[in-house]
Amino acid sequence: MTDIPNSGASPIPVGSTGRSSILAVDDRTRRRNRAEARFKMYGVAAISLGILMLLILLTTIIGRGVGAYQQTFISLDVTLEEERLDKNGNRDLADIRKVSTFGYGPLLRDAFEQKVAELGLVTEVSAKDMADDLLSAGARAELRDFVISNPDQIGETESFEFLAASRVDGYLKGRVSRDTIANDKKINVAQLDLVDQLMEQNVIEKRFNMAFITGSDASDARPEAAGMGTSMLGSLFMMLVVLVLSLPIGVAASIYLEEFAPKNWLTDIIEVNISNLAAVPSIVFGILGLAVFINYMHLPNSAPLVGGLVLTLMTLPTIIISTRASLKAVPPSIRDAALGVGASKMQSVFHHVLPLAAPGILTGTIIGLAQALGETAPLLLIGMVGFIASNPPDSVASGLLDPNSAMPAQIYEWAKRADPAFYERAWGGIIILLVFLVTMNTIAVILRRRFERRW
Amino acid sequence: MAGLLGLGTNGLLALLVVVLAAIGFYIARSRALNSVAGDARGLHSLPSYYGYTAIMLTAVPSLGVMMIWLLAQPLFTENQVFGLIPDQAIAEGSSRNLVMSDVRRVAEGLDIAVARGAMTEEEAGSIRTEFTDIRARLGEVGVALGSNVQAEVLNAAQRYRELTSAGRLWMIAFVGLLAVAGFAVSVFLAKGEFRARNTVERGILLLLQLAAMIAILTTVGIVLSMLFETRNFFSLHPWTDFFFGGSWAPNFRGNSDLSILPLLWGTLYISLIALTVAVPIGLFAAIYLSEYASAAVRSAAKPLIEILAGIPTIVYGLFALLTVGPFLVDVFGRSGLAGLGWMNGATAVITAGLVMGIMLIPFVSSLSDDIINAVPQAMRDGSLGLGATRSETIRQVVLPAALPGIVGAILLAASRAIGETMIVVLGAGAIAKFSLNPFEAMTTITTRIVSQLTGDTDFASPETLVAFALGLTLFVLTLGLNVLALYIVRRYREQYE
Amino acid sequence: MNDMRIVERDVDVKETKIVARKVQVYYGETHAIKDVDVDIDDKTVTAFIGPSGCGKSTFLRCLNRMNDTIDVCRVKGDIQIDGEDIYDNRVDPVQLRAKVGMVFQKPNPFPKSIYDNVAYGPRIHGLAKNKSELDEIVQKSLQRGAIWDEVKDRLNEPGTGLSGGQQQRLCIARAVATEPEVLLMDEPCSALDPIATAQVEELIDELRQNYSVVIVTHSMQQAARVSQKTAFFHLGNLVEYGETGQIFTNPTDPRTESYITGRIG
Repeated sequence: MTDIPNSGASPIPVGSTGRSSILAVDDRTRRRNRAEARFKMYGVAAISLGILMLLILLTTIIGRGVGAYQQTFISLDVTLEEERLDKNGNRDLADIRKVSTFGYGPLLRDAFEQKVAELGLVTEVSAKDMADDLLSAGARAELRDFVISNPDQIGETESFEFLAASRVDGYLKGRVSRDTIANDKKINVAQLDLVDQLMEQNVIEKRFNMAFITGSDASDARPEAAGMGTSMLGSLFMMLVVLVLSLPIGVAASIYLEEFAPKNWLTDIIEVNISNLAAVPSIVFGILGLAVFINYMHLPNSAPLVGGLVLTLMTLPTIIISTRASLKAVPPSIRDAALGVGASKMQSVFHHVLPLAAPGILTGTIIGLAQALGETAPLLLIGMVGFIASNPPDSVASGLLDPNSAMPAQIYEWAKRADPAFYERAWGGIIILLVFLVTMNTIAVILRRRFERRW
Repeated sequence: MAGLLGLGTNGLLALLVVVLAAIGFYIARSRALNSVAGDARGLHSLPSYYGYTAIMLTAVPSLGVMMIWLLAQPLFTENQVFGLIPDQAIAEGSSRNLVMSDVRRVAEGLDIAVARGAMTEEEAGSIRTEFTDIRARLGEVGVALGSNVQAEVLNAAQRYRELTSAGRLWMIAFVGLLAVAGFAVSVFLAKGEFRARNTVERGILLLLQLAAMIAILTTVGIVLSMLFETRNFFSLHPWTDFFFGGSWAPNFRGNSDLSILPLLWGTLYISLIALTVAVPIGLFAAIYLSEYASAAVRSAAKPLIEILAGIPTIVYGLFALLTVGPFLVDVFGRSGLAGLGWMNGATAVITAGLVMGIMLIPFVSSLSDDIINAVPQAMRDGSLGLGATRSETIRQVVLPAALPGIVGAILLAASRAIGETMIVVLGAGAIAKFSLNPFEAMTTITTRIVSQLTGDTDFASPETLVAFALGLTLFVLTLGLNVLALYIVRRYREQYE
Repeated sequence: MNDMRIVERDVDVKETKIVARKVQVYYGETHAIKDVDVDIDDKTVTAFIGPSGCGKSTFLRCLNRMNDTIDVCRVKGDIQIDGEDIYDNRVDPVQLRAKVGMVFQKPNPFPKSIYDNVAYGPRIHGLAKNKSELDEIVQKSLQRGAIWDEVKDRLNEPGTGLSGGQQQRLCIARAVATEPEVLLMDEPCSALDPIATAQVEELIDELRQNYSVVIVTHSMQQAARVSQKTAFFHLGNLVEYGETGQIFTNPTDPRTESYITGRIG
């Protein structure tokens, strides 16, 4: 064992190559330094590539999404003719309601024709083609709603700003041009010429579009009217469910595992389980939701409640992991101090440890919620896509139980539709989603900075 | 409608229990105080603990039983009714499960009819197929049935309804009794010498334990729900075709080819491309950040790269479908810049793979960063002290030392890639095939799960049920990768701790 | 003092290997080394002693520019090896470190085989033309590291599997393999037990025949046992430098005396 250097070993001459100067860099070192520079460059390239991807992604989102926040409107003065809308002249709502949206078509045609004549524009487009193709398909319904809520205005001439059809909107935004409409049945070159003239006269204008943020989804034929509002409410209700369930359950589970659990096989299984659940693909949680909540428990399809339950199960591991980390960060001396004055273990945890860990728990919860907010795949399986979420919920029960969409599901829905006009809305929706995520993460970061405590 | 009504009853019951518990709190507390003539020092615990005991004994067992009952009731009812269906009622080419779903449909229809007032409760329980056209009657209230209702099915449906409502009555009685009993016991116990705090704490500990068990329950739920439907699937479709068949061609008129192999191929191919993008970029980024970058660069670049991880996958999906896909077609398409004509559509293996690769960059880089930082500085010093350059040190000392950890990180990333859904749903296409051409559209396991389970689904057809078998396979696959990766990473960390 | 065994050694005049003049080291705002002047002889063991935080390790790391790897560290002044300024712009630290090898406080074998640990240096510096030459270098280095007999039958086993003392001798063999002219040792025995320490100390004495050895040590006994010359550092200053025997028996500076009699440290 003890092998003291055997003095028998003959000394080996050193520097058999002779002493070299360190001032002269030899070839090999030069080569090695080049390899070094190359290697470092790979690193720089990787970082730059990553950041470049981020920039491309963000510029794409913003570049293609801001369009959704602007919409083209057409201003018209419509005469609400009595003989068309209220033949009896007694302003009886029941009679007025009998006039269907089709009955309002002629009013729009007249108004459009009159506008063109007033401005002295020359066009070969017929009044019907103007009103039907340039205005949104929802214009008649808008007019009808106005008349029904203001029956006393019948007979008067009113100024309206109608949504332009999505092709016109696309023309103003550069998505539609004379070259792209060769086979388009919804618009032709003559109509675009008219649009040019109307733009000069400020009849057609592009303005900020609040309805995209507050409004509901619209049918395939009316991309110009589709908005994110209702699906935002859907997401809101889901997040409420997630918060209400996952925070208490997550904190309770963490307290047990961190403070009370004995070290045994059951605890081990739970721990391994939690770390694995955090890495289970989200779609598997969707399958679970479909099988258990919808098929087995018969909860309503497409309901934010079900979405919230599924996302709760998905978020729980994240919250448990971060909560345990913040509990672990509270030094044992605090627990000892509480126990030392005669508090029970339970009291020391709830009175002292938990309040100190609260900021960390909150940060973890917000990050978990942000993750859940952007999750899409499980929502597809519980039916939160594929229909038009047109009516905003009017109560908490309806918000939880009535079919709705959610922000990411709405974006997916738009991405799957045929009309490219919806793509702009999908990108626009992403901007809203990202604004929420950035806000939540910023709050989490601020909380962490503000309350971070070093023991 | 029926579901809503049921929820109404259950909600009311729960509310009553909660109110009773609240009353219990005040009564128990004041009783405890009275027992020591208002001097709280005479009590074993603080007065409110006596109140908490009341809340706990009144609300927790009763609400717990109620939840379990609500979960178990459907299972019990189904089993009872299942046996009622005679073998001859099962038509050729159908199955007991199919008939069972008819039964549920009819029962639900009768519920709706009663709720809308189109039928009296009595009528719903007594009508016979011989005298009434059930299909037409239910059609009036908006419940569409696929075929005329057989007598056996109607019978079973009526039994189903009876059992459900009887179960509800029993539940209300039982839950009510439990709540009242808990209330009475806690009020009776609320006296000076009763150890209220200990009781409450034991109860809270039990609740904490239950919360921790939810994680296990979730896993059990995932496995059971998928196992159950997968078993149904294999009773309708040969398992040999699922695991060893060569093609995926669902056909809703039956006789589908439902093999996982082409889907697995698409999944692995896309994941491979994603990892080919993400691993070098992520690894080099991690190496640069941990070995070369100054503190300033590190604190700026690291969060920037990690933003990529916070972006929801739907955004990447859209990016693949609308930006990367069309761009690749512009380059490799028929009239593309490269003039190669390799690519026909925006959705392709390469589209999904590239975008998924971008998504995984921060995943690989932050995991590898942690792992590289765990290699002791002494190791680097040893190498640098021998005159090695930094890159030689990294390549020959740091990376070999970190290798197990990095392998773990890559396995985790692979499991992410295999389970990723939105990017492939939007970017990969829908054609199941074995092909080596990355410019072709292919499909994946997750994509097929989504497409088989969305839209109109019939839980008695193999074309729908196959999704559960796919889900189970996916779960097992990713779970295996995760367990292995976590094990490797843990072993690695222990080595340097 | 009495228990300290000072071996009288023949201290003939030797060629000066390293010359340091007015060396200053800053860690960010902290002035860690102040105005150090020292001449280190060839084929001599020079010990740096002093209380912890006195700057002896920092100064040692200046001699092969290991301080370059720390971002906030700046070195000023003049350090020459064989008359060449090692902080000259033309000097590549990589080449310098091949010439000035280093052994660290904690044995840090790479997670490779024993053979690969020793072959690492020769490989990166391209010292062997072929496998048999490399084998020869590895064997010679392990012999010089006085560990050949213990490991010759298990060259392919991981170096991390050896005992602490064996690991440290392996690290010395590894440092010797690049044919350095100077060997820097940063408290090489502080993580070792007394028997392993004795073995390493024997080895250091052996190495003196071929190299200029600079050793930082916490233990004054060790300095007395292995070194011919000793430098005493205190608060970043080189307080006293001279023959080991003289420093320990007859220090000129009161601070040195306080330290070796155990009053500061």
